[in-house]
Amino acid sequence: MEPKTLFDKVWDAHVVEKIEGGPSVFYIDKHLIHEVTSPQAFSGLEARGMKVFRPENTIATPDHNIPTENQHLTIKDELSRKQVETLTANCEKNNITLYGLNHPYNGIVHVVGPELGHTQPGMTLVCGDSHTSTHGAFGAVAFGIGTSEVEMVLATQCILQPKPKKMRITIDGELQKGVTAKDLTLYVIAQLGTGGATGYFVEYAGSAVSSLSMEGRMTVCNMSIEMGARGGMIAPDQTTFDYVEGREFAPKGEDWTKALAKWKELKTDEGAKFDKEYVYKASDIEPMLTYGTNPGMGIGISGSIPTAKDVDPTELPTFKKSLDYMGFGLGDKLLGKKVDYVFVGSCTNGRIEDLRMLAVAVKGKKKADSVTAWIVPGSKQVEKQAIEEGLVEILEEAGFKMRQPGCSACLAMNDDKIPAGKYSVSTSNRNFEGRQGPGARTMLASPLTAAAAAITGVVSDPRELF
Amino acid sequence: MPIDKFTTLESTYVPLPVENVDTDQIIPARFLKATSRDGFGENLFRDWRYTSDGKENPDFVLNQSEYSGEILVGGKNFGSGSSREHAAWAIHDYGFKVVVSSFFADIFQNNALNNGVLPVMVSPEFLSNIFDAVQENKEQKIVVDLENQSISLNGKSESFDINPYKKNCLLNGFDDIDFLLARKEKIEAFEANN
Repeated sequence: MEPKTLFDKVWDAHVVEKIEGGPSVFYIDKHLIHEVTSPQAFSGLEARGMKVFRPENTIATPDHNIPTENQHLTIKDELSRKQVETLTANCEKNNITLYGLNHPYNGIVHVVGPELGHTQPGMTLVCGDSHTSTHGAFGAVAFGIGTSEVEMVLATQCILQPKPKKMRITIDGELQKGVTAKDLTLYVIAQLGTGGATGYFVEYAGSAVSSLSMEGRMTVCNMSIEMGARGGMIAPDQTTFDYVEGREFAPKGEDWTKALAKWKELKTDEGAKFDKEYVYKASDIEPMLTYGTNPGMGIGISGSIPTAKDVDPTELPTFKKSLDYMGFGLGDKLLGKKVDYVFVGSCTNGRIEDLRMLAVAVKGKKKADSVTAWIVPGSKQVEKQAIEEGLVEILEEAGFKMRQPGCSACLAMNDDKIPAGKYSVSTSNRNFEGRQGPGARTMLASPLTAAAAAITGVVSDPRELF
Repeated sequence: MPIDKFTTLESTYVPLPVENVDTDQIIPARFLKATSRDGFGENLFRDWRYTSDGKENPDFVLNQSEYSGEILVGGKNFGSGSSREHAAWAIHDYGFKVVVSSFFADIFQNNALNNGVLPVMVSPEFLSNIFDAVQENKEQKIVVDLENQSISLNGKSESFDINPYKKNCLLNGFDDIDFLLARKEKIEAFEANN
């Protein structure tokens, strides 16, 4: 039998029909929906006079558009409220499980799925959100889709997809102290660029990856889309099984034993072929920070922004436009640059481990008065755990306040907007122009680097502080 | 939703020679609060098109009346970022039927095709010819022929790739849901076996 990659194994097992010269009819095990990209899919379905085909395979949670304060009150913004109410109505009408606002399981869709055990190895999982790649950390084939495709899944539990090419990114060795999963992924994206993995599905491998926790693996897979990849995945191992076991919606008893036996087969066979391979050394990675307006524009924190001679001349105008937006110059050093806002949260870094990392770093220190810090847990469960573990107390003593869960300042759909011209060190996933609010200037970083900026008020190296 | 049929289009075009145009630029997140597909064209490229006080930015190409047409031409890696189909809706709603670039992000490409907007990928040389030609003549036209998968400018042509299935959908105005619904039995059989 020809050796197969992990991706081939999961993909091939979900092809209902291969269309000659076209895409495959591809079966979806788990469908996650939220308030922003689903309403038009439901109305499309209604216009056809149809109901949801397999409502038990879809789970809903509002996250993008919700306030992160006073969630017990009616949502003030009329349009946001209407979107959230529309999601509720659509779920009720179609018998879909909804973790609505104030439900103990509410949260960012990509935090909720894994923590409740909905996300499992070997699954196919989609959501109308590009960071669905997060779930690949469990050895699932997971990717973001558009609203027309959301409608397809609601109608038939399938979408039409051509099979992407395969890429493996291997990172061997040990990450230095103060270097996190976020730095690893920002490093890889800086190497490949924002379009470097377009058309590919990525498998992350190597000792630096397998020694990551599940939270760290989710951070890495989450950012796959930022280099254009359809998705990213990591072969499940004991770390994965230990994480999944016992979670509410994970298989139990005999079902668990059966599932585990299947999941243990989910790895790339010796000699399996990839269309592209990259190998990096973990020891080359330092804490990373972005300086521009796409996630590929990242450098090690001690480095300098490229100068004109380092940039492809045809791309120089766009490069300069980006630096102008950021208020930075060619060749500038980032260390010491002023920081106005710090955001810790999002589907990239809003999990319990991220809050632990932050709390350990700032314990016994004080937030700089000049910095506004928004700490936003990824879910109600994360919030609860952070309180139980005493993290909130530590954060409060250091001058930080934890808000309520949601996507928040990652995309600034709600009121959590960074003002124009202000600098934000953010643990989220995108530094596009205006992403955190019109005119906001975002530098992407790890929770540790964000903590360092919050304490000092300037870009600082977490290795020297903590 | 059935899509518009597409066969050939001859049109002037709007040049946007910027690389990595992401979907947050095409339609910023704060304009995604609608529950219908209509009206997103109003906020297409919102933060480039208007200044912070809501006035038209005269430096942005959509506000320059000498450029018009049903074809938008963007720099490399067009449509990166979020999966929001609102980006494709905004482009379609504004009146563009074709987007030309030397490279497209995956999800955007799918979303465009699902809404009857044809993404045409050309070589970097051809793209730079397109950008140059319109500087010399604002009335310059491009011809896009889907049946023959060709794009022409000033008598020079290049062929472009499109999945044969998607090509057929666009030529006939079919959408994926009809195709999938016709396969319900196969899908149920697959479920029974797995």
